[in-house]
Amino acid sequence: MPAELLRETFEIQGRNFDKAGEVSGEIKVYLRDLGIDPASVRRVVIVAFEGEMNVVMYARKGALTLILTEEDIRLEIKDEGPGIPDIELALQEGYSTASDEMREMGFGFGMGLPNMKKNSDEFRIESEVGRGTSVFARVNLNSHV
Amino acid sequence: MKLFEIRDLLKCEVLAGEDDLDVDVTHVVASDGMSEVLAFAKSKELMITGLTNIQSIRTADIAGVSAVLYCRGKRPDKKVIEFARQKKIPVLMTQMVMFDICAVLHSWGLTGVS
Repeated sequence: MPAELLRETFEIQGRNFDKAGEVSGEIKVYLRDLGIDPASVRRVVIVAFEGEMNVVMYARKGALTLILTEEDIRLEIKDEGPGIPDIELALQEGYSTASDEMREMGFGFGMGLPNMKKNSDEFRIESEVGRGTSVFARVNLNSHV
Repeated sequence: MKLFEIRDLLKCEVLAGEDDLDVDVTHVVASDGMSEVLAFAKSKELMITGLTNIQSIRTADIAGVSAVLYCRGKRPDKKVIEFARQKKIPVLMTQMVMFDICAVLHSWGLTGVS
């Protein structure tokens, strides 16, 4: 792994729809201020936002760790949620287990995980039913800081 | 097409960004599903939605759209409008339904993204 330049962890509160997305908004400003190229920032923030929404919708709590290296940006999103029984199915566009409440928030139409995968250069999900889910995403930087 | 032209054409009320309507818009992303917006917006589109909660503005910010247009007379509450002002995203509202808005804008040469 290339040398880490920065590592920061943000707590995500489950079920708090008012605050949902705040962490990703913070990350956007943070990366932009660091001078990261806008295309990479956009991809990272879409991954972060979808991941954050998943934690808020499904889990009791979670955390998002942002790691900046010389070559890429990595996100680790870990939650204490119900877990995903069939990851392959969850990654299919349109598949969703969302409740009406989640759909009223504008989420849960089966696009979240596919969006995260699409915007990542490397994407991995590990999940244990009843324990929680961890998502790892890596986005290559188009230009160095 | 300029945002102020869209405002006049669709008889919009401007809820935020009154002084920032000189922006040119060529593409539109229209959905109540925020992940749909995130999946298709490439940045600088006009986002049309019936979802008026805070997530609509968060999505607009993250997707990098030029403005948000709320359809069928749905009015977001004050904290949503305030948040849009903070993020410098113009917000408009019209009584028209999404289908009609899209039809009118398409007839004026605006297109969707896919």
